[in-house]
Amino acid sequence: MREKTPKAKKTHATKYFDYNLLFILIFIICFGLVMLYSSSSYTASSKFGDSAYYLKRQVRAILIGVVPMIALTLIDYRFWKKWGVFAYLVSFGLCVAVMIPGVGTSSHGSARWLAIGPISFQPSELCKITMILVYAILLELTSKKLNQKWSEIKLLAVCLPVVGVVAASNLSTAIIIAGIVVGMLFVASPKYKDFLVIGLIGIAGILLFIFTVGYRGDRVSAWLHPETAGDKGYQTLMGLYAIGSGGIFGKGLGGSLQKMGHVPESQNDMIFTIICEELGLFGGICVILLYILMIWRMMVIANNARDMFGSMLVVGVMVHISLQVILNIAVVTNSIPNTGVTLPFISYGGTSIMFLMMEMGLVLSVSRGIKLEDVDG
Amino acid sequence: MRFFVEKCRIYQKKKLFVVFMGVVILAVILLGRLIYLTTAKSEYYSSLATDLQQRERRLPAARGEILDRNGIVLATNTSVYTISVIHNQIQDPEQVIEVLSRELNLSEDAVRKRVEKVSSIEKIKGNVDREVSERILAYGLSGVKVDEDYRRIYPYHELASKVLGFTGGDHQGILGLESKYDEYLKGTDGTILTYTDARGIEVNGKEEQRIEPVTGDSLVTSLDYNIQTYCMQAAQKTYLQKEADGVEIIAMNPQNGEIIAMVDYPEYDLCSPFTLTEQYSQYAGTEEEETYRNYMWRNWCVSDTYEPGSIFKIVTTSIALEEDLVSLEEGFYCPGYIVVEDRRIRCHKTNGHGSETFTTALYNSCNPVFIDLGMRIGAQRFYDYMGQFGLLEKTGVDLPGEAATIMHKPENIGPVELATISFGQSFQVSPIRLMTTVSGLLNGGNEVTPHVGVKMVDENGETTRSFSYESKETICSEETGETLRSLLQGVVEEGGGNKAYIEGFEIGGKTATSQTLPRSENKYISAFLGFAPADDPQILLMVIIRNPKGAYYGGTIAAPVAREIFENILPYLDN
Repeated sequence: MREKTPKAKKTHATKYFDYNLLFILIFIICFGLVMLYSSSSYTASSKFGDSAYYLKRQVRAILIGVVPMIALTLIDYRFWKKWGVFAYLVSFGLCVAVMIPGVGTSSHGSARWLAIGPISFQPSELCKITMILVYAILLELTSKKLNQKWSEIKLLAVCLPVVGVVAASNLSTAIIIAGIVVGMLFVASPKYKDFLVIGLIGIAGILLFIFTVGYRGDRVSAWLHPETAGDKGYQTLMGLYAIGSGGIFGKGLGGSLQKMGHVPESQNDMIFTIICEELGLFGGICVILLYILMIWRMMVIANNARDMFGSMLVVGVMVHISLQVILNIAVVTNSIPNTGVTLPFISYGGTSIMFLMMEMGLVLSVSRGIKLEDVDG
Repeated sequence: MRFFVEKCRIYQKKKLFVVFMGVVILAVILLGRLIYLTTAKSEYYSSLATDLQQRERRLPAARGEILDRNGIVLATNTSVYTISVIHNQIQDPEQVIEVLSRELNLSEDAVRKRVEKVSSIEKIKGNVDREVSERILAYGLSGVKVDEDYRRIYPYHELASKVLGFTGGDHQGILGLESKYDEYLKGTDGTILTYTDARGIEVNGKEEQRIEPVTGDSLVTSLDYNIQTYCMQAAQKTYLQKEADGVEIIAMNPQNGEIIAMVDYPEYDLCSPFTLTEQYSQYAGTEEEETYRNYMWRNWCVSDTYEPGSIFKIVTTSIALEEDLVSLEEGFYCPGYIVVEDRRIRCHKTNGHGSETFTTALYNSCNPVFIDLGMRIGAQRFYDYMGQFGLLEKTGVDLPGEAATIMHKPENIGPVELATISFGQSFQVSPIRLMTTVSGLLNGGNEVTPHVGVKMVDENGETTRSFSYESKETICSEETGETLRSLLQGVVEEGGGNKAYIEGFEIGGKTATSQTLPRSENKYISAFLGFAPADDPQILLMVIIRNPKGAYYGGTIAAPVAREIFENILPYLDN
């Protein structure tokens, strides 16, 4: 199909671009900046003497991120097919490098950061986007063999080295990467039953891991009884205070008291609690709806993508964002044990938002490839 | 090829929809959780959050003072300090625990519990002296807060302890005037409510609510520091000389019921009211400590009853005079006893007073004559008069714990009971009750309400509230009062009360000696009730000596005490 003459097509097909998704993205990012400033200004001014400290850094990351995002949107996504192996090797290499003492920088007890000159970033964030690319390529190549026995197991094996290396320092990111891969496989494969088994094995594995590895065991007791778990349950409990005291309509923008240092990482993983405290239950519902709307747009794009590669790219991004939103909100509402997952586009974090914007660039690029007569749903 | 891709597309769309719906379902579940947290649990978490964010600091109000009638301060305040900790500001909890438990004499566990509690501010100990609090401040421990507070002090320690009462840990009045006038004395505490960040630093711009404390009003009493002091010294001396169980001295103005002095010796030190006095010190540390502490605090003048004995002959005389049942010159004969029904009731003078007039019978305190009067009055009339004189109800004195009169039911008063009532036995009244009735009779019939509190004044001395105790009703005629005054003056000048006589002063009075129950123990209460000046009494004084060793006649031991006090205070009152 790809061999079809694009030039001839261009003249017939109306150019499509998913403005809906773009506007949703812009809205979430702007809303995110407002909430980031609100939740971080107090801590920033007492810590750095500049209430906009975190805001400035985030804006800078977004401005830097806009360039590759636009580039990715404009470049035909099929260009990236050739880069699969390279991307895989580079991200794997960086993940290994970060574990070498002296190369990686520690933060919150785990070595996750890599400093290259003035820029420091988390290789694990890079892994998410490369895994999406790698699997989109793989699934298109193997699409005809997907109904064969063990096919998905073989495909899964490809990501194991990366997942393993990432898991060593950052379990939640490893879970997300594995989740993205399984999600993509699930959509690509015609089978159901096998995925039920994979899902159960995955959940069992996570549970086993949580209950056997020391410090994560504390997290379970902190999850069940945050009131009595002392320091381990403190963050969760402070988040619950924030959500609970916000009530239905919230205290109003800027009205949070829990952000005055009570909620640790209030601009980061816990930002949703501050949104709930200031904007109440309705603010929380709006945020969740925004994400659902975004995911729905991505589903539409994936369904109408020109080819399987494009479709799978979008599915990967969609699963990625869905997983982070669900896990983040589940953590801050204490529905699952605490694990560090950020809220996409809203939480503070330069690496995270830059890669997310690049992923969105890919999705928009796929949307540009849609021929309008194909649009369906 | 195309066909295969189309087929792929169909199931892929289906599966993508499954993924999407899965996300939506999970989102809905989380939304449910969010709704639960923001509605059902909202109040719970809000209050916990407020606890954490809001720091309430109490600004204690100074308690009003208690003053005597001349403005001498009987109870006042001194500055003390409250030590608290702010959890989030503590940097070295072990050092804080160690220093505070050592300096404040608290167990380490108790301090640790408070230090480790996650709250905005936690009180460790109140009532800490300036010295100790300055020592604690000198350590420069972060997270330890020292706030000013007040402590009640009583400059004269034991003086009028049972009248004043004391205050508890939260400045609430316990016992006595401190308790009775607590609502006026206590003032209103102020508060500062501040919002704090996680490090306990107050958040600027967030509204701070500050309510200033209002100092309590001061109580001006009718007590006279000097008279109270004389009376206590006299009581103490008597208590030691007679090895008595207790000595009570009450001085009051019979015209208006103002209590000028009230002593119930042994008194206790108001500055350490929980320390047992010498009398009870053997019980310190035992299980009964609490019980004996209550005995120690008990104001016998108000909270106990006793058989008034011969002083009650004043009442019998008054009834007889009111009813015109006797004349002062009427002749009687006392053989040393009188037979009532089949009982032989003896006079205290066993060989009899012989022939005597009513007046001399009162001077002699002759029982048979008063029994005769009682018979003339009759049980029902006697009972009714006791009611009219207020003896059957409480006086309404402004001191807590007033005891009620213990009296026969009127239908149970037979001739024997009537005979004993006539000279003040077989029933019990409190000393204050007896004094109040006698006041009414002596002042010519105006029933008074005994009281200590006169008015409340604010910090500038302006009166904010006056307590009025108007005469309730007339209990006897002016003539009866006049006759009674001159009769009782005679008792002191020529009769059994002669040991209270002071040359140059007109003093009236009556003695009493009563045996306490059970009679077999041979314990006595000796008493003397006196007043001056006899024609227009300004002071009514009663001295009660409980269980004295040796001589126990009221005229022998109580009257001299009254005279000594009169000698001191009558010239002072004239000024």
